[in-house]
This record gives sequence, structure tokens and C-alpha cells, in this order.
Amino acid sequence: MGLDIRLPIGGLFIALGLLLALYGIFGDSNIYHRSLGINVNLGWGVVLLAFGLIMATMARWGKGKASEDAARPAPSPLSGKRH
Amino acid sequence: MNLTSIDWIIMLVYFAFVLGIGFVLKRRVKTSTDFFLAGRAIPAWVCGLAFISANLGAQEVIGMAASGAKYGISTSHFYWIGAIPAMVFVGIFMMPFYYGSRARSVPEYLRLRFDEKTRGLNAISFATMTVFSSGISMYAMARLIQTLHILDAPFQRMSIPPEWIFQASIIFSAGIVLGYIFLGGLSSAIYNEVLQFFLIVAGFLPLVWLGLKNVGGWHGLTQKLPAGYTHSWVGMASPHTSRLGVEWFGLVMGLGFVLSFGYWCTDFLVVQRAMAADSMSAARRTPLIAAIPKMFFPFLVILPGLIAIALPNSAPQTPVASASTSTAQPAELRGSGIIPPKMDANTGLPKVDQDGNIVLDYDLAIPNMLLHYFPTGILGLGLTALLASFMSGMAGNVTAFNTVWTYDIYQSYIRPNASDAHYLMMGRLATVFGIALSVVAAYAATRFNNIMDMLQLVFAFVNAPLFATFLLGMFWKRATGHGAFLGLISGTTAAALHHGLTLPAGAVAGIKGGWLGVVVHQYPSEMAQNFWTAIWAWSTCFVVTILISLLTKPREEKELVGLVYSLTDRPSEEHLSWYQRPVVLGAIVIAMSVLLNLVFW
Repeated sequence: MGLDIRLPIGGLFIALGLLLALYGIFGDSNIYHRSLGINVNLGWGVVLLAFGLIMATMARWGKGKASEDAARPAPSPLSGKRH
Repeated sequence: MNLTSIDWIIMLVYFAFVLGIGFVLKRRVKTSTDFFLAGRAIPAWVCGLAFISANLGAQEVIGMAASGAKYGISTSHFYWIGAIPAMVFVGIFMMPFYYGSRARSVPEYLRLRFDEKTRGLNAISFATMTVFSSGISMYAMARLIQTLHILDAPFQRMSIPPEWIFQASIIFSAGIVLGYIFLGGLSSAIYNEVLQFFLIVAGFLPLVWLGLKNVGGWHGLTQKLPAGYTHSWVGMASPHTSRLGVEWFGLVMGLGFVLSFGYWCTDFLVVQRAMAADSMSAARRTPLIAAIPKMFFPFLVILPGLIAIALPNSAPQTPVASASTSTAQPAELRGSGIIPPKMDANTGLPKVDQDGNIVLDYDLAIPNMLLHYFPTGILGLGLTALLASFMSGMAGNVTAFNTVWTYDIYQSYIRPNASDAHYLMMGRLATVFGIALSVVAAYAATRFNNIMDMLQLVFAFVNAPLFATFLLGMFWKRATGHGAFLGLISGTTAAALHHGLTLPAGAVAGIKGGWLGVVVHQYPSEMAQNFWTAIWAWSTCFVVTILISLLTKPREEKELVGLVYSLTDRPSEEHLSWYQRPVVLGAIVIAMSVLLNLVFW
């Protein structure tokens, strides 16, 4: 459909990861008794950010590859052989 | 519950992306095929994730955790015996006919293979069912928002009466889903389902990690719970020792074969995702790719339920316990773990069953886990994931509805031979009135709870025999339209009769069964009764379809090419690498699922 789904996934997770990580760094640090004393906002925020960056990178990398693929004729979905 | 601005910002960011996808895709929707079938241009992995996400509605996230808390790891049978083998079967054996026949919907396949009346029966019952399912999803979401007091504070600040919270939740969820489907059709729904898939994993994975760390890992969990909770097959020899109240045969045949194959192989809601794939091999890989994350979902959705019940009773801290649950009460009046008792709205006291035991509100397992472990910030993420799961369930139903309505009802019976632009417009209109009808269904659920239970029961009767019809249709060229139609009718009748003549232990005659006045058999549990109802329905449909087919005139073989196994070319796989071949993928998936069964035996 033209739009590479990895782009919005990447964008969303970069945004969410940044929000959580920044909140984990600058926000109140006395709220983590619920999460067993672990700063989950920072930790998980970084994980989500990394995932978002990977997705966005793959979308960019895939863009170049997709245009190569388009030049090649796709195999017909209905081609088959009789047994 | 106290949400702070960071939680709200996270929710807003998510909803902005959801609608943004709709707007971006709107420009690309030019024909009805773009709208209903996403132009058949979606890569396999995207279809695969949408395939499971469309099913990842409220029932799954809330219901599986609830069932985990109630029955333990046995709940994973819904995955490892249920969904996974069925997903492998649909990918390897059935997708060549769905995709290869170029049918645009499952009912349309029935018309190509059988006849108009079989399609009509399936299309009308399916369309009704999707509207009500999405209504029930919407209702459940609004109730959850009320129960968790998510909107209480902002409503108070804006001095809007709290009675409006339910209304606002319904309108809001309907508005978002309407927005992105109206704009971008199926591709928008699929893209958002993929987004929701990742969001749900992102929201629940840290929950499981924190919970497991807290109880001392899997080992600590097994020590805190009775043995039956952490073994999926122990005691399955007899219905009286099994936690589910059903023996292995009823489980494997009823759940594994009839119900799961019936759902994953014939329900247009999920099959539509595979039909949108960009090639035959991608369509066949869709359910197989979906099966891989699916088999690990028990750790994401069932495990939190087990952890919730294993935690020490914590009535004072329990965030969503009812007001009357206080430390002053004796221990047995409190909930179990962090699961509160179900409250009686009239007396304000916990509900008790016939034996005087407290009835627990298992549906609060997941929400209470979120509130127990997540501080503000990640709490916003967890709640967004929960809302996303409700919406993906709704959107799946709405896209299936607009397609079946437009192609199988409107184009077939109301206005054939119109222009493509007309059907595209009708698809958008169908999205609007499909959602409007869902809203009506959601309100009906608030007033007449029994009507909803009854409808779900009727749907179960209609669905149970379906897989027999498809199995015979695809693999037996002699099956005829009259056979299929009468088989379906008699299968549904058999399901109703079986339900009307049996009763689960401890239930009174009525909605739970036994409504024909005579109770022929009593099952140890409701689950056992459901599974056996399905087995009866399937067997009746199977036998009746064969008998009637043998008595009626078969169709010419040349008309059935591409629709029946023995008359269709096998799809070519030679250009594919080994890891792209459906049979290889299917074998890997089955092996992994067997392994999981053994590990959690």
C-alpha cells in the first residue's frame, strides 16, 4: 500500500520511549515503590526507544530495497503445477 | 486512580498515531478492493501480526488473565491445543482455496463452492454477530473505564457529572475506530492492528517481568500455588480431577478440533487479514507467522492472572477493591491475591456462591496487576495497551462487517451491478452504521444483560457446525449446496438441543442450559458443556451434509476447479526459500507447540 508500516511503528515507539525515559530521569524518583524500587520508566523507555529506532532504520533500509524489488517482475500468485 | 499528565500524554500520542495512519492511508484508497481487501498488497508478516491482533480484543486480554487466575496454566490449552494447530491447518490446507478462488469474503467462497442460500445464511448470521461482538467490546471497555476511575478526576475538574463517563467512553472509542476505518478501510485497520500488537506487548511485558521477579520467578510461583495451577495436563484423565472440569477427549475434540478450527479457519474476521496478503504464499504464511507470537501469548496474558492470585492478600492496598473491603473484615470476606470479591450492587457485600464461598471478580486480574506494579508513566502505557486491545477487537469486527455487508448482502441481494465507486461509498457508509449499531448493542447490554448472554449462546450454536461444512466443501468434491445448507441448519439445531437438555453442575435451568425441561446429563463444568455442545453440533452437521449430498445431484467437476482440494493445482513453492515454505513453517510451529505442552505438562 505504499506506506511502510515500520515507519509509524518506529515513530510511535521513539516518541513513547523518549517520553518514558525522560520522565524516568527528570520525574519524581519516589514513585517506584510499586515497581519493586526499579525505575521502570527509564529502563523500559530506553528499550522502547531502541525498538523504535530499529524499526525506523529498517524502514529506511527497506525503502531502498523495495524500489529494487519493484523493478523485478513478481511471480504470479496463481502459478502452480498439477500433481 | 491517580493519572498524571505523563500518562495522558502517552495516551494522546498513541491516539494521534492511530488517526494519523488513517489520514495517510486515505489518499491511497481509490477502489473498493483497496478499501475492503487492502488492495491485496500487504506483506505476510504485517498480515500475520494483524491476524492475531484482530483477535486480541477484550475477551483475550481480560478473559485469559481471568481464566488464568481461576484455572491456572491449563488456560493455555486455548493456545497450544486450540489456536495453534488450527492456524497451521488454515495456512497450509485452506488458504489455497480462500486466496486462490479470488473470493472476496468467506461467505463468497461458500457461494462459489456451494450455492446462494448457504452464502446468505452465513453472511447474515456473521454480519449480525460482528455488530454485537463489537458492541460487547465497546460496553466492556466503557465499564472498565468506569471501574478503574480513569476519567473521574478529569470529569470532576471539568465539572461534568460522573454519569457521563460511560457515555463519553462509548462515544470516544466509537469515534476513534470509525475515524480510522472510514478513512483508510482494511489497510488502516490492519496497520493499526500491527501497531496495537506491539503496544500490547510493550505494555504487558514489563508487567509480567515485575510480577515474576516479585514472586520469585516461575519456581517461586509454583511454590505459592496449588500444583494443579502450574501444570496443564495433570489430572486431565477424568473430568473430576481436571481443573477445567473436562477430560482430555472433550478438550482435544471440543476445544482443539471443533471450536478452534471453527474459529480460526472459517471466521472471516481473521481470514480477511490473510486475504489481504500480496501473494498466495504470503496468504498461506500469514497464519503461520501469526502462530509464532501467538504460542507465547499465554506468558503475556495468562501469567499475570496466576501472579495476581499468588500474591499475598493485600486488601488495604488493593487499588480497585470495593469500599467495603477493609482490614476490619475477616480474611474469608476478602479477595484472593490481589483479586477482589465480586460485589453485589444491591447489598454492597461480596457475592457468595451456593456453597458459601466468595465469588471473585477475576476480570479485574489484569487491571489490578497494572495498578499494583506500574507507577505513573508506565501506567499510562499499560492502560493505553489495554484500550488498544479493546479497539483492535472492535475494528476487526467492523471491517469484517462492512465487507460482508457490502459484498455479500448489499451487492448480492439489494443492488447488484452498481459501479465500483458506489460500493466503495457503501463500504464507508456501512462502517458508519455498523458502528452505530454497535453503540446500540452496547447500550442494550447495559439494560438487558441476559439478552447479550443469549445472543452469544445463539452465535455459539451457529458457529459450532461451520467447520464441518468447510472441511467437506474443500476436501470432498461430492458435497452439494443442499447438503451444506441442511447440514448447517441441523448442526445448529443439534447444538441448541444439546444445550437445552444438559446442565453444568451447580447451575439452574435457563440461560446455562436445561431449558427444555428435562436434564439428560449433568456436566462437571460449563466449559465441559460448551465443548460437548460443539462436538455434537459438528458431528451432526458432518453426517447430515454427507447424507444429503449423496442424495442430491453433484456439481460438474469443472465448476469446482480452484475450490476443492482434489481438483486444484498445488500452489508452487519452488521460488521460495525453505523458511518461506508454508509446510516447513507449519512443521516448526507444531514442533514448538508440542514442546510447550511438554514443558508445562
